[in-house]
Amino acid sequence: MMTQQVTVDPDRLFFQSERRKLFVTGSEAVGEAIKRANVDVGIAYPITPQSESMHIVGDLYAEGYLKDYFRGENEFSVMSAVAGASMGGVRVFTATGGPGTLRSFEMFPTWAGARLPIVCAFLTRGVNSPLTIQPDTIEMAYMLDTGMIMFHAEDAQDLYDMILKAFVVAEQCDVHIPVGVFADGFFVTHTRDEVMVAPPEMKLPAYQPYSSPVPVMDMENVPFRQMRDPFVMKSNFISYAAHASWQQEVTAAAERARPYIQHYLGGLVEAENPGADILVIASGTAVSQSRAAIQTAAGLGFEAGLVKVKCLRPFPTEEMRALTGQCKAIVVPEFNRVGWLAREIRATIEDNGKVVGGPRVFGGMTMPTDMIVDAIRRCSA
Amino acid sequence: MTRRMFKISAGFEEVMPPEYRELVEKGPFEKQLGVAELGTFKELLEEHPLCAGCGLALSLRLTLISLPSPEDTVIVGATGCSSLAFPQVAVHNIHSLFGNQNAVATGLKRALSLRFPDRAKDVVVIAGDGATCDIGLESVMHSWFRGEKLTTIMLDNEAYANTGGQESGMSQLGTVLNMAPMGKKFKKVAFPEVAKAAGCVYVAVAAPHQPRRLERSVRRAILIAREIGPTYVQLYTPCPTNYKFKPADTLSVIREQEKAGLFRPDEYLSPEAAAYIQQLEEAKG
Repeated sequence: MMTQQVTVDPDRLFFQSERRKLFVTGSEAVGEAIKRANVDVGIAYPITPQSESMHIVGDLYAEGYLKDYFRGENEFSVMSAVAGASMGGVRVFTATGGPGTLRSFEMFPTWAGARLPIVCAFLTRGVNSPLTIQPDTIEMAYMLDTGMIMFHAEDAQDLYDMILKAFVVAEQCDVHIPVGVFADGFFVTHTRDEVMVAPPEMKLPAYQPYSSPVPVMDMENVPFRQMRDPFVMKSNFISYAAHASWQQEVTAAAERARPYIQHYLGGLVEAENPGADILVIASGTAVSQSRAAIQTAAGLGFEAGLVKVKCLRPFPTEEMRALTGQCKAIVVPEFNRVGWLAREIRATIEDNGKVVGGPRVFGGMTMPTDMIVDAIRRCSA
Repeated sequence: MTRRMFKISAGFEEVMPPEYRELVEKGPFEKQLGVAELGTFKELLEEHPLCAGCGLALSLRLTLISLPSPEDTVIVGATGCSSLAFPQVAVHNIHSLFGNQNAVATGLKRALSLRFPDRAKDVVVIAGDGATCDIGLESVMHSWFRGEKLTTIMLDNEAYANTGGQESGMSQLGTVLNMAPMGKKFKKVAFPEVAKAAGCVYVAVAAPHQPRRLERSVRRAILIAREIGPTYVQLYTPCPTNYKFKPADTLSVIREQEKAGLFRPDEYLSPEAAAYIQQLEEAKG
């Protein structure tokens, strides 16, 4: 049965309410977030390891927490349908992962270009032939330049917090672009963890459709389009300039999200012992492995600091430069083949020869902390 | 919307383009206009950038004139020739991508139903044959399977015209087009039959050579979709550019194709849809 809920200010929901502890899976943490997110429409399509999260959202719909919910015919259509619903002025949520992310890929730059504040959870998995359903963050490499804001959750607590906060960041009038909340499939979705949650009687304020910087497609707000010489698909300078400036504006919208991310997430990064000569920089569950490895290394007499990257787009460029200015080596453990985070860091900092790309695991492997300890030890030599 | 929303802010009367001023003063909103009144009001389509003699442009113009409630209609389009015209249409319209139009329309319709439970908001999909029958088939069919209350209108010029005249599923058997250098190897898809089997409660085939019939088809499709379920209208819109006939011959090409049995105007109403239309007509007197 649905709990009677009242809307509260986001700051109260996030920071001032009395939280209670649950012992839940990552998928259930998604449900706990959506229960408090005042979502109008959820649209689902199954894919491992995401499916359970949208089952739970379906259950929430059946209980009355959402106003509409259905299963679409494939991920491309689902991402299209949430776009249509968002253009119609309601708050939407969906989730996918791995091949589903790629199946729907054409929609993500379209969401950003259309300034839709859609929140989507990406519960990542491998992309390969032969088929794999195992954990891997390779899809995040593909997502980096879609124009979406990207958060990366370390654990179920992050997943719960980031989904709720994503709606608030996405819906700011001067931002108003989609947010992808990424979490490592299986490692987060299918494991149980302690998660502190706000009271179920509280939910976010409803989405205000006319906070959109572009017209809501409802024939209730001007302008109704009519141009004599539209720039769409024209081959002339005005057309090029219009498209170029709009792409810049979408990028600028992500930049304008920084202060909101700072406020709600407490920053784009979190650092522990950043003055150490060796820094381990990671995102997602690689952060947990790194934290454990740093503790083990300390016991062996090797000191290392930790930088947890919570937000990948916009990228914490200034934070990264400031944090890495003094260190001698940077270890970047990752759950993917290409090492996209190491690539990002190398492209950001001046003295990038000190970035050690790895250790990396992929294809579904877990990352033994020993691999990270070894990397720290080698950098200490 | 209500007409008072559609106005020019004080002080801007002189700087607004004349066609916009005309739309505000003589537009079709909340007036119940149609083909019979053509020429007496400002149409929703402000000129168009399509080729001379374009059957699609003519059909789009007639379709827009036929909307029963333009003030509460949102159109979802798709990539193709028609997407060049849509920025010049004065109702809210969405171009998202190529082939996802019925999925976008599904989300939009559900959102508008939630936000305006007491006001009919018509969501009308208008897309080409490639967008509807080929690349968008899955989203079109599933919107019908789900019974979404949408109107789907195919502007069928029997080719991918905007990309330079390639074969589509709706091209006629044997037609030589780009990507069909030896002539098309399979028959034109019987899409109206597909629509019926997939759950459309109203299916019509029409063309701009009979404007009144086209108007009736579009209007019925939208009114039925509002209350009963998904509807489909297939408009034959020959393309002089890619089929290489004179722009002035578009309507005669339709008649010739009709005579040859390659185009056949048609109308199907499910019993429920027929009863609803009868009820509407009786209410009108």
